[in-house]
Amino acid sequence: MAKDRSTDMRYQPGFGPLAMICLAVLYAPILVLVAFAFNANASVAQWTGFSTKWFATALFNESFHAAALNTMLISVSATIIATMAATAAALGTTRVKAWRGQTAAFMTINLPLMVPEIITAVSALSFFALLGQVFNINLGIGNLILAHSVFCIPFAYMPIRARLEDMDFTLDQAAADLYATPWMTFRRVTLPLLMPGIASGIALAFIVSFDDFTITQLVAGPGQTTLPIYIWTQVRRPITPELNAMCTILLSISILFISLSVLIGQKRR
Amino acid sequence: MSDTASVSLALREKAERRRSRLLTLPAVLVITIFGILPLLVIVAFSFMSPGAYGGVEPPFTLEAYVSFLFSRDIFDDTLTFTPDYVLIYLRSLTFALGTTFVCLLLGFPTAYFMVTRPVESRKWWLLLVTIPFWSNLLIRTYAIMFIIRDEGLINNTLIGMGLINQPIVMLYTNFSIVLGLFYSFLPFMVLPLYSSLEKLDFRLVEAGYDLYATRSRVLWRIIVPMAKPGIVAGCLLVFIPTIGAYVTPLILGGGTHLMVGDLIAQQFGSSRNWPLGAAQAIILMAGVLVALFFYVRTTSEAKLHG
Repeated sequence: MAKDRSTDMRYQPGFGPLAMICLAVLYAPILVLVAFAFNANASVAQWTGFSTKWFATALFNESFHAAALNTMLISVSATIIATMAATAAALGTTRVKAWRGQTAAFMTINLPLMVPEIITAVSALSFFALLGQVFNINLGIGNLILAHSVFCIPFAYMPIRARLEDMDFTLDQAAADLYATPWMTFRRVTLPLLMPGIASGIALAFIVSFDDFTITQLVAGPGQTTLPIYIWTQVRRPITPELNAMCTILLSISILFISLSVLIGQKRR
Repeated sequence: MSDTASVSLALREKAERRRSRLLTLPAVLVITIFGILPLLVIVAFSFMSPGAYGGVEPPFTLEAYVSFLFSRDIFDDTLTFTPDYVLIYLRSLTFALGTTFVCLLLGFPTAYFMVTRPVESRKWWLLLVTIPFWSNLLIRTYAIMFIIRDEGLINNTLIGMGLINQPIVMLYTNFSIVLGLFYSFLPFMVLPLYSSLEKLDFRLVEAGYDLYATRSRVLWRIIVPMAKPGIVAGCLLVFIPTIGAYVTPLILGGGTHLMVGDLIAQQFGSSRNWPLGAAQAIILMAGVLVALFFYVRTTSEAKLHG
């Protein structure tokens, strides 16, 4: 293969520096934001010294607690619903005997990725308003959980399907040859092999729900403040280092889940 | 094969198909009821009249689409062409196309640089681009705002060095929006380009050099055409979220430099004109469908010729 040959052949002038510029643009703002979360001064303009006091202030902030509880309730529920539906759907659409409507089902599952977020947001708002006015159905925070489940499904579906496509099905056949019932085969062979895909799906579904701002902002009713919504209310005020500390906490959680998903994904190879 | 055997095989296949359908049903149901049905609801809303406190009321009317293009005189009902909304759409389109182009221009070298690293270090480069891809967009946008503010790090540093006396106003300008869009969606360009370039067969590059092609000729005639699926997918993945961008202009545009996303949200919020907002959303969706149509056509052409 080409990789053993001179690296010179792959070289294109200027591409390295351009790549470095791109990575600098991607990371510099985040690094500055995180650095100023550790600023001892209450001003966010001048660096005066290192301190972790803003993290303590943030963690003892009661509005932040309430928002964190709402976020956890919504994200965990949406992740459970989405991962269960996506796992079943991946099993029903990957490496099975083709069935009528399979392409349509596949397109439906991927549709939430194609619609701009703002359109998803206003249509969910309109839909729940209609449910409330005409049918007198108000699910409270359930509205947000269902709206989140919709866009979490394709994100959970992708890694599970990818895992199924790579899987070795001779083991399933071996289990069947040894007189395992279909349920036993699924429970003891297929599911354990599928687990890395499901774990990756859980991580991705959780991140997209945890980080969602646009859809939550439009659909959320009074008292349904999530962490991103709370951050937004603080961005509009004079900026404090406490806000940077909160952002740092949220970013760390996202990065933890992303790294988990990537690591699990790499392990399978 | 005996008749009973083939009948039992057919039955088993039928049962398997049924099981596949049942397994797929919950996901399809959730998305249909809470994802597709709401899209139909806003289509219906766009043909209704605005309610006094938000929401919609009968009667059915085309007024929302008319007011997208015209303003109605309150005294004699005459219509005057008002391009305000159309201009916001054109602005968003310009921003989206410009952002897509800049992302491609800088994202392509980045992705190429990444795939030409040694195999062991490649996954770390990939992780570096994957982290911003999944990170909170609101917080990343706030981070941009934080450094380009009048009293942000950039202006403070320049003033501290004595290069300028007055801060350079960057926030709440077209520049800040395009910078924010580029920064937000660059990973959406790099990742598909990366997976496309990863499959590049470098023996073709070598063949090019053997035939005395220059570096730039190899780039434009071999590498770029081979990466076309990634280029098309990356452009689409950047274009769709940028044309409907909401968070970026909200934070970096400061409410004065509107894009379509904010315009739509405004109708559902302070303007309380849900039918107009619904009509604007449908017009945006139509634009996205045109982009998707071109995508499907390009990819199916590639399959035909590939």
